[in-house]
Amino acid sequence: MKRPGKILAALLAASLCAAGLSGCHGRQEETAEFAVPDEFDTSRNYEITFWAKNDTNKTQTDIYRQAIADFQELYPNITVDLRLYTDYGDIYNDVITNIATDTTPNVCITYPDHIATYLTGENVVVPLDDLMTDETYGLGGSRLLFQSPEQSQIVPQFLDECMIDGHYYALPYMRSTEACYINKDYVEALGYTVPDVLTWDFIWEVSDAAAAKNPDGTFVLNGQDVMIPFIYKSTDNMMIQMLKQQGAGYSTDHGEVEIFNDATEDILYTVAEHTDTGAFSTFKISGYPANFLNAGQCVFAIDSTAGATWMGSDAPLVDIAEEAITQFDTEVRMIPQYDPENPQMISQGPSVCIFNKDDPQEVLASWLFTQYLLTNDVQIAYSETEGYVPVTTAAQESAEYQDYLSRAGEDNNQHYDVKIKAAELLLEHEDDTFVTPVFNGSTSLRDAAGQMIEEVTKSVRRKETVDDTYIQNLYSDVTALYHLNDYNTPSGEKADLGPLPGTAVALIAGIAAVWLLIILYLIREKMKKQRKKQ
Amino acid sequence: MKKKVLSMLLALTLVFALGGCAGGGNSSNTTGDNATAEDNKQDTAGDTSDDASADVMSYDEYMAADVDTEVTVEAYVQATQSWWEDKATIYAQDHDGGYFFYDTACSEEDYDKLVPGTKIRVTGYKTEWSGEVEIQEGTFEFVNDGDTYIADPTDVTEYLGTDEIENYQNQFVSFKGMKVEASKDADGNDAAFLYNYDGSGTDGDDLYFNASYNGQTYTFTIESYLCDSSTEVYAAVKNLQIGQTIDMEGFLYWYEGVNPHITSVTVVQ
Repeated sequence: MKRPGKILAALLAASLCAAGLSGCHGRQEETAEFAVPDEFDTSRNYEITFWAKNDTNKTQTDIYRQAIADFQELYPNITVDLRLYTDYGDIYNDVITNIATDTTPNVCITYPDHIATYLTGENVVVPLDDLMTDETYGLGGSRLLFQSPEQSQIVPQFLDECMIDGHYYALPYMRSTEACYINKDYVEALGYTVPDVLTWDFIWEVSDAAAAKNPDGTFVLNGQDVMIPFIYKSTDNMMIQMLKQQGAGYSTDHGEVEIFNDATEDILYTVAEHTDTGAFSTFKISGYPANFLNAGQCVFAIDSTAGATWMGSDAPLVDIAEEAITQFDTEVRMIPQYDPENPQMISQGPSVCIFNKDDPQEVLASWLFTQYLLTNDVQIAYSETEGYVPVTTAAQESAEYQDYLSRAGEDNNQHYDVKIKAAELLLEHEDDTFVTPVFNGSTSLRDAAGQMIEEVTKSVRRKETVDDTYIQNLYSDVTALYHLNDYNTPSGEKADLGPLPGTAVALIAGIAAVWLLIILYLIREKMKKQRKKQ
Repeated sequence: MKKKVLSMLLALTLVFALGGCAGGGNSSNTTGDNATAEDNKQDTAGDTSDDASADVMSYDEYMAADVDTEVTVEAYVQATQSWWEDKATIYAQDHDGGYFFYDTACSEEDYDKLVPGTKIRVTGYKTEWSGEVEIQEGTFEFVNDGDTYIADPTDVTEYLGTDEIENYQNQFVSFKGMKVEASKDADGNDAAFLYNYDGSGTDGDDLYFNASYNGQTYTFTIESYLCDSSTEVYAAVKNLQIGQTIDMEGFLYWYEGVNPHITSVTVVQ
C-alpha cells in the first residue's frame, strides 16, 4: 500500500517545476495552434497514447481496455495505447516532465487544476471549443461512427468545470463528491439520531462523546483500544468546503490567495479543539477512514463517493482482516454543513484533456477517442465501478442506468447499496456542488489548505500549543512551502517585481554604452571618408 | 589602433555585463525561498560524537514510548526505501529490534552514504500509521564510532499467523519453505502474482503474491520503491509458478496486519 508522502512531494515538486514551464529550455519548437481539419483522413494510420487513472480497480482498467477495443473496431486506423496510473499526482508529474521533452500523451485523464498549469506552456493543451461545435466531428457530429452526446447533454456544471479563461480545455469524464459514511449503530448508542443533513456542530458533538474512555483506557463506545470518532480523508477538501459553506475567502477567480482569513483561523482552532479531545484525525496521520470504520473504530468517515465500495460491513473491497470487520448499519450523508438549508459540497472527479501535436489529423483522432469516452456504454460501465455518476444526462437518464440505481442492495458487489446511495447523493445535489477557481498555482493552494489542518492536528497530538503565534507561523510556513506568493498574481497582469537589481542596471547601462560607442565610431568613420572625398 | 581600443572596450563591457549576469543570480539567492532551503539544510544529517548518547532510547524504551512523543534512537541502516525532496525512508535495526524511519530529513548526498550497516542517531516523533510503528519526520546524524551492523535475517516462518510476529515488526526476516499459491485477479483467474493488489497495475507497480505455510496462505509484497522493476527480486517474482516452494527474505512492514516487503526470493523446489 503506497503511502501519501512521496506522491504528494512529487506533486509539489512538479508544481514548482511547472511554475517556470513557459521558459522551459528542454522543449522543442512550439507546436502550432490547432485548427480543426475539414476532413478526417482515414487513409492514414494513427497511434495515440491515452494516460488513464483508475482507483486501483481492475474493473475500471478492464473498462478502459474494452472502450479502446470497441473504439478501434469503429476506427481501425486509430490505435490507442493505454498507460495506467492510480494517482492523479503521478500523471501530473509525468505530464510536466513530458511537456519539457515534447512527449506528452495525446489524451490524458486529469484535473482542471492541473490543466491550468499545463497551459503555462504555449499551445500545449488543445482548446476544445471549435472541436465541440464542429458539425461534422463535434459533439453529436454528423460523421461520427458512434452515438456521441450533444453538448447540451453534458451536465452543465460538470462541463463548466472544464472551462479555463473562457475556453474549454477538457471534457468531464466522471464526477464524484465527498460523502460522510456513518456507523449508525454507534450514533444511536450515544443517544443521537442521524439527521438527514449533518451539521458540523452535530459531528463535533457526537465525536467528542464517542471519544470517552473507560478507566482502563479502552473506549466506552467500542470497548477497543482504538477509536477515532471522526476521520477525514482529504483535508484539502475539508478546508475548502468549510470555507465555501461559510462564504469565506479561499482565492479569487484570478488566483489571488485569500485563504489566510478569520474563518480559516476559526476552522483551525476547531480542529485543534477536537483533536485534543481525541475526536478527530486524518488519513495522513492515522490511515484510511474505511479501515477504521469497518473495524468499528470510527463513527464518521468522510471520503470520496468514489471510495464507497470500501465503506461498510459488507463492502466488496476491504483492506483489513476479515475477523477485524464489525457488523453495523452504514448511513450515507452529505458532508456536514454550516447552513443545512443551503448545502454546498465539492464536485470532483476525472476530466479528459487533449495535448496538441504537430499533425492536426492526430489531434482529431485524439478528439474522436475522447468523445467516445462519453458514450453511454463507457459512462455507465465506469460509473458503476464506484460511487461515480455519469457526466451526461443521456447516460444518467438511460433505462440501463436507472435500472442499476433501482437495484440498490440486491447484492454486495455491483449493486452494493452504500455505493449506489453515494452516487445518488451527488445526483440529487448536482446543483449544490461547486469547484474552486482554476489558475496556475491552484494545485499548490489546494495542498496548502489541507496542510494547515494536517499540521494543526499533528501539533495538538504532539502536545504543542496552538495559539495565535502558532497560526501566524503556520501561515508563513505554508506560504513559503507552497510558494503561494510566487503565484499570487491575477492572470493577465504582470507582477510588480520591484526595482531592478543594481547588477541588472549595470548590465543594461554597459550594453547601451557599447552601442553608443559603436554608433559614434561609425559616424566618425563616415565623416572621415566624406572629408577624403572632398 | 583605434579599432583595437574599441574592440578592447567592447570586450571589457561584455565582461562586466557577464559579471552582472552572475551577480544577478546571486541576488536572487536572497529570497525567502533560499533562506528556507538553508534552514532545511540545518535539519539534515551531521556527524556526531557520543555526547548526546544519554538521550538515546533503547529499543524497549522506544517501544514503550507513547505515540506522538518525541523519541531518539540509534540504529544501523539495513536498507533505504526512497528519497524524495530531501526526505528519506529507511529500514534500520539494532541488536534488539527493527525501526522504520519515514520521511526523515536527508540531503541526497547523505542519502547516498546510508549504506547497510551505517550507524545513525534519529530524532523524531513516534507514530503509528495503519498499524506500522515508525519514526516520522525525524532528523538524523551519522554516529562515527566505527561500529557497524548488518542484521542476519530472523526466520519468522513459524510465527506467521500468530501475535508473536508483531514483535519482529520492521526487522529483516526470512520465510522458509513457503509454497506459492494462486492469487485471484478481478476476473477470477489464477495468477502467481498480481500487479497491485488486484491486478490493476502494470510493470513497475508493486507486486503482490501469495504463499502458504502449514495450510495457511499469506500475502507478500514487492514494494516498488524499495525494490523496483530492475531488481532481481522483482524479476524473480514475475517468474514464479504456482506450486513452487520458495525461501524469502525481507522487511516485516505492517499495513493493517503483517505485510512483508520482500527483498529476495529463491525457488528451492
